[in-house]
Amino acid sequence: MRDIAIKADKLTKKFDDFVAVDAITFDVHQGEIFGFVGANGAGKTTAMRILCGLSKPTSGSATVAGFDVYKETERIKRNIGYMSQKFSLYDDLTVMENITFYAGIYGLSDKEIKARGESLLSQLGISHEAKTFVSSLPLGWKQKLAFSVAVIHEPKIVFLDEPTGGVDPVTRRQFWDLIYEAADRGITVFVTTHYMDEAEYCNRLTVMVDGRIDALDTPANLKKQFSVDSMDKVFYQLARAAKRSGD
Amino acid sequence: MKQLLAFVRKEFYHVFRDKKTLLMLFGVPIAQIVLFGFTLTNEIKNSRIVVADYAHDYASQEIIRKIEASRYFEVVKSNMSHDEIEAAFKTGTIKMAVIFPANFYNDLSHLNKAQIQVIADASDPNTATTLTSYLNNIITDYQTQKAQQTKVPYLITPEVKMLYNPELLGAPNFVPGVMALVLMLICAMMTSISIVKEKELGTMEILLVSPIRPFLLIISKVIPYLLVSIINLITILVLSVVLLHLEIKGSLLLLFLESTLFIISSLALGLLISVRAESQMAAMMTSQMSLMLPTMLLTGFMFPIENMPLPMRALSYAFPSHYYYIIVKAVMLEGLGFMAIWKETLILAFITTVLVIINLRSFKIRLA
Repeated sequence: MRDIAIKADKLTKKFDDFVAVDAITFDVHQGEIFGFVGANGAGKTTAMRILCGLSKPTSGSATVAGFDVYKETERIKRNIGYMSQKFSLYDDLTVMENITFYAGIYGLSDKEIKARGESLLSQLGISHEAKTFVSSLPLGWKQKLAFSVAVIHEPKIVFLDEPTGGVDPVTRRQFWDLIYEAADRGITVFVTTHYMDEAEYCNRLTVMVDGRIDALDTPANLKKQFSVDSMDKVFYQLARAAKRSGD
Repeated sequence: MKQLLAFVRKEFYHVFRDKKTLLMLFGVPIAQIVLFGFTLTNEIKNSRIVVADYAHDYASQEIIRKIEASRYFEVVKSNMSHDEIEAAFKTGTIKMAVIFPANFYNDLSHLNKAQIQVIADASDPNTATTLTSYLNNIITDYQTQKAQQTKVPYLITPEVKMLYNPELLGAPNFVPGVMALVLMLICAMMTSISIVKEKELGTMEILLVSPIRPFLLIISKVIPYLLVSIINLITILVLSVVLLHLEIKGSLLLLFLESTLFIISSLALGLLISVRAESQMAAMMTSQMSLMLPTMLLTGFMFPIENMPLPMRALSYAFPSHYYYIIVKAVMLEGLGFMAIWKETLILAFITTVLVIINLRSFKIRLA
């Protein structure tokens, strides 16, 4: 049995009468790629924000990297990386300046920043673009760079909130190569998405409907469970029962 | 410390790479000083006036010589009739007419009072008011001079109402106001935008997820603008001295310390707006409506506070710029020391402290 990276038990978040996250329970293992799939408004982002220490849960319990989401948010922050659907690099900074900045706020030394920055750029094949302003990079490159920056401090867990919005499946596939490399290094990946091709790439995934977790297993098992041949169909069967409309 | 450095460096990139921001940061203060300085000084010098002297005696001659010596007037001596004077006004060749009645000196020496008729072209009320007040000064001057020589003081009444018009006295009074305005503009507006910008971009989430402390985040947002504001302060002072021939009478160090205090209070106000505003546009509007306008209207540098209704006066006491304006005037124009302004300094420091505390609190609430 591998170590548990994230553990949630009946985790709930209410905004007044609205139950955004409804008593979700799940475990994520160390080094696993764990997917959170659901329509817009299903509660994925809210759940992720709680786990990142950005939002306090209403009830239930959860630990991230062994730290409590109620009391130890500062220690959680030191052990995670984060990349959001909104764009997370600064357009008016160059590639290397972005890397230096994000590595700097995680307290890496100048030597580490230089070494990791250079290996990161050569891994992405954009060493010659170090002094290019991020604004002039294509979207696919920006996303890959944003991911690499989110794990530059080698966190235990990286949270990705719909990281590949707006790019084609081929670019998404390339992005996932980076995710697999990170997982191979032992980084746990927690990713939300509403692209079903991405759902297939996860080790295990949950489908969230109306704030609840209705299914949790490997993509293969889920397909077997619902007797269908694609994740798309699994998702439709579950989402059909949804009462909330997307935002 | 390492975190702070990384952050501050990034903020400097933001500030110095955006041409629009740069123009605003350094262009606005220069434009303001030049604009206020020159539009206010050039107009009133060398105005053509007609002096009609029906008395032609010792006293009237002496006053006319004084008028001629003034750099404000260009005197045309001519005993015009009333109709002729009116015609001259209508063609716009003269701005003012001064008429000494016959027996001026006689009245003055026997009755101890005499009258001069002053007619001003009030189609431009500001100029008219200013010119008559210049003339009044000359006459008062003459009276005081004579008062020292005779026992019973002479009383000369020019037949105009004296209106003291503080705005038109010249540039010096404006400089402290412009300083308050520009520093407020840069500090509050720019900082308010800078944090909202990160919210709009989505980078704020990343920063909140990172282990960087909110306090550090705020400090590093503020440092670049603090520096820019101090550079601006120097620019304004240099321009005032070189261009407007203003003399800084008090301690330069004191002026800088007080200005820094005011800058910090403005930065805090900007942050306060920024933490609450949802978009850059909203932040801009809020800082303009709630900070810029009150600074212009309520600090007393455009309109005297004494003439305002009570609620307005009360409101003006809530703004840091009110106290800063008083402090700068005292230090820069009157050359007073700290003892003269300690009360204002204390209030300013108090407001600043309150603002900083509110900021730290509300930023933490945002995180929860």
